[in-house]
Amino acid sequence: MSQIKLQNISKTFGVNKALRGLDLTIEDGEFFVLLGQTGAGKTTSLRIIAGLERPDDGKVLIDGQDVADWNAAERDVALVLQQYSLYPRLTVRGNLEFPLRSKIRGLNENQIKRRVEQAAETLHITPLLDRKVERLSGGEMQRVSIGRAIVREPRVFLMDEPLSALDAKLREVLRVELKKLHNELGATFLFVTHDQVEAMSMGDKIGVLNKGRLVQVGTPAEVYSNPVNTFVARAVGSPPMNLIDGQLSAGSASIGAGAFSLPVAANGGVDGRDLTFGVRPEDVTLESGAPVEGRVFDIEDHGVIKILTLEVGQNRLHATVPAQMSVKLDDSVRFGWKPEKVLMFDRGTGVNLAASA
Amino acid sequence: MTHSEPRAGQSAARGLNDKSIRNLFIFPTIAFLIIFNIFPLLFSLYTSFTDFRASTNAPANWVGLENYSYLLTNEFIWRNFTITAKYVLISVTGQVVVGFGLAMLLNRYMPFKGLITTLLLLPMMLSMAVVGLFWKLLYDPNFGIINHSLGLGKFEWLANPDMALWAVAITDIWMWSPFVMLLSLAGLSAVPKHLYEAAEIDRAGTFYTFFRITLPLVAPILMIAIIFRTMEAFKTFDLAYILSSQPTTELIAIRLYKMAFLEWQTGLSSAFAYIVLVMVVGITMIYVKYLNKVKER
Repeated sequence: MSQIKLQNISKTFGVNKALRGLDLTIEDGEFFVLLGQTGAGKTTSLRIIAGLERPDDGKVLIDGQDVADWNAAERDVALVLQQYSLYPRLTVRGNLEFPLRSKIRGLNENQIKRRVEQAAETLHITPLLDRKVERLSGGEMQRVSIGRAIVREPRVFLMDEPLSALDAKLREVLRVELKKLHNELGATFLFVTHDQVEAMSMGDKIGVLNKGRLVQVGTPAEVYSNPVNTFVARAVGSPPMNLIDGQLSAGSASIGAGAFSLPVAANGGVDGRDLTFGVRPEDVTLESGAPVEGRVFDIEDHGVIKILTLEVGQNRLHATVPAQMSVKLDDSVRFGWKPEKVLMFDRGTGVNLAASA
Repeated sequence: MTHSEPRAGQSAARGLNDKSIRNLFIFPTIAFLIIFNIFPLLFSLYTSFTDFRASTNAPANWVGLENYSYLLTNEFIWRNFTITAKYVLISVTGQVVVGFGLAMLLNRYMPFKGLITTLLLLPMMLSMAVVGLFWKLLYDPNFGIINHSLGLGKFEWLANPDMALWAVAITDIWMWSPFVMLLSLAGLSAVPKHLYEAAEIDRAGTFYTFFRITLPLVAPILMIAIIFRTMEAFKTFDLAYILSSQPTTELIAIRLYKMAFLEWQTGLSSAFAYIVLVMVVGITMIYVKYLNKVKER
């Protein structure tokens, strides 16, 4: 149970700047998800916290203590990796015991046995205990790998895309289980992923990472409804937020050289300024009396909802509608949006005007 | 009949057909094998039951198992076996320790790693006879560099019956450790780095990591290196023959050579060769069995 603080961390690999002045605080007992694309610096951050890499610059504090001189063993963190990293030729029990057999811990056989069995029970792998790890399926391996982290009762759990190698079904199951595990253990979790669904569904807090910098930190709801810039707006949410270029004129968004115009709740916008308007697909409304007419360009049926792609002139917009609504391709529909939900970003910098004001 | 022409065209387009591959490659190989391997093998098996001497015109007389029982009860022959066993043990152990150690050293980042590896591999590429001759000079009690650099004065290596076998084994270790090193290096570099990181995070000590991760993963390939080196060490002839003529370095291969080509006891030496063959095959089988066990785990 620990608080982790990164202060101004930089790390360069050759010519490649992995992290540029990263500041990050993970509170005690928090489930923190670091979201970012490949190469954003997620794994590097994790490895720096774990003590597997040294930062070129900056400080890592665990519970307020500078751990620069501590090696991976001393930091007492647990790491779960995408590739499982199970010790070959050992049984599941052997793998779970491995970290406990370290002399530093000074545990006796009974304690080891108890901890292993407890962890196995938590993760439902008790029947596998005497099996060799080579004979396990991917999901079982990842459970064992998580189990190996649990038995140690570490200060911090670090997880590097632990679910990405699993198939969709299993990923969902383990997602729920990890979340439950976090509640039971009350430990600090740092979970790294490129999958925004994982980030949204698991995190107490999400940190969005782009090119080695932290772009936004917040609860999933905050990040979802109020992204600080267009990068975050694109990164979070599925289907992604509609981002369309236009200008503000007299409290309305004028889109694509007069293709259509819809009202917005003016917040910090100046008339005539080049903006990018952002609106979530669920905030686009289809009604018979709505102000704009569009053509149905594409329909994706997701069972619960349908995702429509509407075309107005050169512009395309996603809209989610209830599944029972009957629409056909090339239908003409009338739509509007919820003015108070529309976000405005500077077109040049991509910054959310409401956030920068 | 009408189809024969298109078929010929097709086979020409495909290159050689199975039949011509058989005639051009398989048959000559089989013939070669029979003439140079199978026939001598069977013929020597036959002569091992006779008193045949290749140096005389006297006909071979069937003596049954007499050659075998003579060899297996002869204490001088047993001494050759003991010497060989000792030699194999020293030499292979030395090669594994030195070779694996070098591989561990090389399996990390260091400048000029490629160059160093190549240089370390050189001894293995030299001719046995050449190695034997210049190590004879190195061991020389009067001007040899070994005594000089170790400050041993006029220490006798090769003329000393107790030291000679060690001297030959040391030379063999020098020459063949790179072979073990090369295979070990391949094995070591195949161990995933993330396992070491996981072990580090799990607070495993250096020795624990070595015995629990490194060794089990390298064991199969190391086993192969040991099999090869054991079989080779068993057959060692040239190195020992050139370096020393002490009775304490008379390995079975040397005894066999003397028996066959100096004493011309062709029948007896054939029997001897068969005994050695059975032993080498036996030892190899033990290794292979162990190798399979290691791989299964």
